[in-house]
Amino acid sequence: MSPFLQVDNLTRHYQGVKAVDGISFAIERGRCFGLLGPNGAGKTTTVEMLEGINEPTSGTILYQGRPLGRRFRDEAGIMFQTTALQDYITVHETLKMFQQMYPRTIPLPDLIESCSLGDFLDRDTRKLSGGQRQRLLLAIALVNDPEVIFLDEPTTGLDPQARRNFWELVQRIKQQGKSIVLTTHYMEEAYRLCDDIIIMDHGQIIAQGTPDALLAKHFAEVVLQLPAADFPASCPELEMQVSGDLVEILSSDLNHTIRRLIELKVSLAGLRIRQHTLEDLFLALTGRELRT
Amino acid sequence: MSFRRFLAIMQARNKEFWRDRAALAWNFIFPIMVIGGFAVAFSGDGPDLYKVGITDAEEHQKLHFETIRYIQFIPVSDLSDAIVKVERHQLDMLISPSTRQFWINKSSPAGYLLERLLNGSDEGFRREAVEGEGIRYVDWLISGILAMNLMFSALFGVGFVIVRYRKNGMLKRIKATPVTAFEFITAQVASRLWLLLSVSALVFLCTDLVLDFRMYGSYLDLLIVFALGAICLISLGLLIAARLASEELAGGLLNAISWPMMFLSGVWFSLEGVNPWLVKLAQILPLTHVIDGARAIMIDGAGLMEIMPNLMALVAMTAVFLIIAARTFRWE
Repeated sequence: MSPFLQVDNLTRHYQGVKAVDGISFAIERGRCFGLLGPNGAGKTTTVEMLEGINEPTSGTILYQGRPLGRRFRDEAGIMFQTTALQDYITVHETLKMFQQMYPRTIPLPDLIESCSLGDFLDRDTRKLSGGQRQRLLLAIALVNDPEVIFLDEPTTGLDPQARRNFWELVQRIKQQGKSIVLTTHYMEEAYRLCDDIIIMDHGQIIAQGTPDALLAKHFAEVVLQLPAADFPASCPELEMQVSGDLVEILSSDLNHTIRRLIELKVSLAGLRIRQHTLEDLFLALTGRELRT
Repeated sequence: MSFRRFLAIMQARNKEFWRDRAALAWNFIFPIMVIGGFAVAFSGDGPDLYKVGITDAEEHQKLHFETIRYIQFIPVSDLSDAIVKVERHQLDMLISPSTRQFWINKSSPAGYLLERLLNGSDEGFRREAVEGEGIRYVDWLISGILAMNLMFSALFGVGFVIVRYRKNGMLKRIKATPVTAFEFITAQVASRLWLLLSVSALVFLCTDLVLDFRMYGSYLDLLIVFALGAICLISLGLLIAARLASEELAGGLLNAISWPMMFLSGVWFSLEGVNPWLVKLAQILPLTHVIDGARAIMIDGAGLMEIMPNLMALVAMTAVFLIIAARTFRWE
């Protein structure tokens, strides 16, 4: 059986610039697939080609074994990075308008409930807060009961509270067995939501796998952090570095390292243990910070 | 073509229009203000100069009458045209020195005074009285103002709005749905056509209540002319909006098209007597045909057959605009 979405050697040039440079991957049904990378990495161009909005310069995209077409339009739900909504109509009227465009739809009350739109249904779309607006855009993407949902940087610009609320909505959609394609430059978002990720930079894929597998592959160690003040001047055998008033110790054997610290009579009252994050991974892969 | 999707987009656009109070008010108030303003400015008995048409102006012995000051003598070549002008109070008198005839309108005070002046200065002229109501400037202007409003609303309400939708990503959002370009465009056209015709009808009714326009033709014919004109101008708006993504450029282009049309299509003044080259140029402007057709219906009581050249020109231009617009249209 052919994969849910199959991408082969996808390329997109803009006036000589290779925005996407020959990438291939497959997306499985029912999984949340993340495209990660800094701004300008080619995430949006890639996802827009998957959505059928942007024509590839070369390469193929197959949806359930067939090129994107009428059926894909009916079965895909899309949330763009920026979308203007029609002015002067309410949230409810907007949903109704989009509902009338599709052959198969979710009943509006269910949609309103699942995206928590009930409190501002009769509000003009121009007067929504950032979080309300994103929830409405998500609802529009879900209006046709899609098989696959594309979310392009859905929480960019939201405050932490609104972001967390949005993640919960996405978790619920996942539980319904929908496939999700998500782009983000928030590693925490990718880590929480995605089953598989690819990391892109300069239009190419630089890493690919499940978040945990990627971290395990690139980082054998965990990081122990201790206040520098609690630390003796020298302690042999420990791989450590001072950053600000914290000392960070890289450890591949946590038990051994802690035993060693106790022997050195270091106070463990201020000890914190941190896992490597996808931010660290990106830094390790490219030598650059992700959000620059 | 799915009628359901077409209707969904059209209804949303209609709501946007009716709820945008500022733009709505402007659509109504602007033409009413212009018509009202001109009605007031040109009321009364007009300028104190009398206008007398004179045939064979160069080929006769000068009359004493012609030496009287404050009378403007206008040479006329076509006698029957000039008589119509007397009927309409566009000329206060017409004299033909070769046949010793003069024409005045029975209901014109100026005609009465000029008759007394003529009889006092020259002898032997025979009086030919004609009848007819005067045409006020507003009677003539109303077609022009309604058509001008139609033009601005069609060009900016469709052209500018589509460019804005394209720029802010709304078109892209629609593209991601099963809606086709054809459904989207026809919905925009239908929505704007319906709005334009209802606004024009309301403006006409409101001003007609006060000014009681001269209307010799059929209201249905007038509606047909305005509907064809609206479709033609909307198509022109679509053509301009087909692929532009800059509101500034679109605004500039729309202005560059609408302002010459406003002056060359005879909204404010008749093109009679201007450079024939300009008159020819005006024939390629859709607005000219709307205004000429509407005026012929209202003032001369023309039927559809008599204004067929105007109607055919509008249909032909619409076809050209739509074909090019459909070929060049881009969602992004």
